[in-house]
Amino acid sequence: MNAINYDAELRRAGAHATRGWRKYAFMAGRNMLGTIGLVITVAFVLAAIFANVIARFDPLEVDSAHALAAPGAKYWLGTDAFGRDVFSRIIHGARISLAVGLGSTALGGSIGVVIGLASGYLSGWVDLVFQRVIDILQALPLLVLALVMTAALGPSLQNVIIAIAIPLVPSVARVIRANTLALRELPFVEAANAIGMSQMRIVFRHILPNTLAPLIVLATAQLGSAILTEASLSFLGLGIPEPYPSWGRMLSESAAEYVRTAPWLVIFPGIAISLAVFGTNLFGDALRDILDPRQRG
Amino acid sequence: MLGYIVRRLALMLITLFGISVIIFVLLRIVPGNIVDILFDAAGFVDPADKANLERELGLDTSIVVQYLHWIGGLLHGDLGYSYVSEKPALDEILPRIPITARLAGLALLFSTVIGVPLGVLSALKQGSRMDYVLRAISLSGLSLPPFWLGLLILMASVSLFGTMPIYTPNPQSFGQAVAIYCVPALAVGFRSAALVMRITRSSMLEVLRQDYIRTARAKGAPEATVNFRHALKNGMLPIITVIGIEAAFLFGGLIVTETVFNIPGIARFLVEAIRWRDYPIVQNLVMFCALIVVLANFTVDMLYAVFDPRIRYND
Repeated sequence: MNAINYDAELRRAGAHATRGWRKYAFMAGRNMLGTIGLVITVAFVLAAIFANVIARFDPLEVDSAHALAAPGAKYWLGTDAFGRDVFSRIIHGARISLAVGLGSTALGGSIGVVIGLASGYLSGWVDLVFQRVIDILQALPLLVLALVMTAALGPSLQNVIIAIAIPLVPSVARVIRANTLALRELPFVEAANAIGMSQMRIVFRHILPNTLAPLIVLATAQLGSAILTEASLSFLGLGIPEPYPSWGRMLSESAAEYVRTAPWLVIFPGIAISLAVFGTNLFGDALRDILDPRQRG
Repeated sequence: MLGYIVRRLALMLITLFGISVIIFVLLRIVPGNIVDILFDAAGFVDPADKANLERELGLDTSIVVQYLHWIGGLLHGDLGYSYVSEKPALDEILPRIPITARLAGLALLFSTVIGVPLGVLSALKQGSRMDYVLRAISLSGLSLPPFWLGLLILMASVSLFGTMPIYTPNPQSFGQAVAIYCVPALAVGFRSAALVMRITRSSMLEVLRQDYIRTARAKGAPEATVNFRHALKNGMLPIITVIGIEAAFLFGGLIVTETVFNIPGIARFLVEAIRWRDYPIVQNLVMFCALIVVLANFTVDMLYAVFDPRIRYND
């Protein structure tokens, strides 16, 4: 039997890294894929925030003289049919995608949390009514419901955020409701009731924090869905209107006509969308592995 | 069991009713109707003509009466008339359904045939390089926008074969038929395949942890029997759930795929109808979509009882 090198084994298990930066460095090393996802996501966020600095040209500036230029030294990713720099449009498009993604996930999440908490905690007819509403909202695919809502409300940035947020509500509400139903029976809730704590306070101070873990995991998955749905809506021409640069609309403008002559119009916006969703999915998966290992997939 | 089925059907009807109300109201939130749009372009508006048209289209009655009109018609098989083509909506919708049905069926087939075996493989070889590669592929399948995948496939076929698979209602050869249906089905089925792969993998891993698997191995059962007859069969429930859900949600992916490949199915028709503000068509298509989803969920629940003898919907 070889002697066991206790120090090395302890170090490998992370005994030295319980606090501060060491803790996060250790967790990052253990979840390499999630770290990559986090890096990608942070890169997109930074690109969105500092878009004006990173982009070399104005994304809206039309320059017909240089239309459909291939990628080169001046236009890093080429130009589109109107002479707009593709690279600048992609960087600014990150702003739009992130705004819509985060906005709709946050909005849908908030509404879903409220409905789920009310449904789970109050039960009775409140629960029945909300359950039916959730069933109805879930009976349509995400894209179909979002499509109909943008058609109904009209194409604008705010309306797209609302249109994508509403279909996200049922999943959140279901998860929160299930957790609330379980948490409601626990002794500490009974104790809080016994000392006369108001219902609202119990719900927000005791129940909500304990439902956060699955909620965060769900939110990261929904962020990816939201970005994809926004891209699909813009691709169909029913999403973000001109002049905002949207990755999805960049693809629709280039669709069939330029497939042969200007492939860079098709490749780069698609890579941007895929990378953004990929990053959030990777990060979300790693979060789920850390916070709720039972859901491993 | 019968009581459960009856209650489920009643719930389904309530859900469909709720959707019909929501879609009807949603489409009429924005002030101004089709008559305004039609007359806007004409310039001089004669109020009498406008009122006439409104009465003809049934738009002068209250919203509740209009809704009842539509629902009443639905129950008779009369879906109303398209604003754009003025033909009965049923005539517009019905011929397009088989095309989309073929695509959806093929996509579902691909996703099951590709997703389940690869998921099993990934689970059996957990932690190996192949597992990581397969997981990366499945994650990318979830991240790729389906319309971008379609565009890439078009680009590839143009550079490889010089042509794109263009849809025709009467394919000349079997090869052509395969091309025009299988290629879009692959584009839209890739995402479903990725999901099925992930769920199969996690479900298999869950089952392989069980004690009875260890018992089966201990008593000397061959590995194939253990993996398939014991593990996979018992892990089927979540997989069927996902396949059932995907069958319904395929409609969303088909919307963009049919647009990219220019296929005249009902998914693309929905987008066109929305663009042209052809409300009767939009309403009916959305109801159709909801019907499919609700039926798919019901079928999945019934399949639960078939696959897992412990589940009996009695009270």
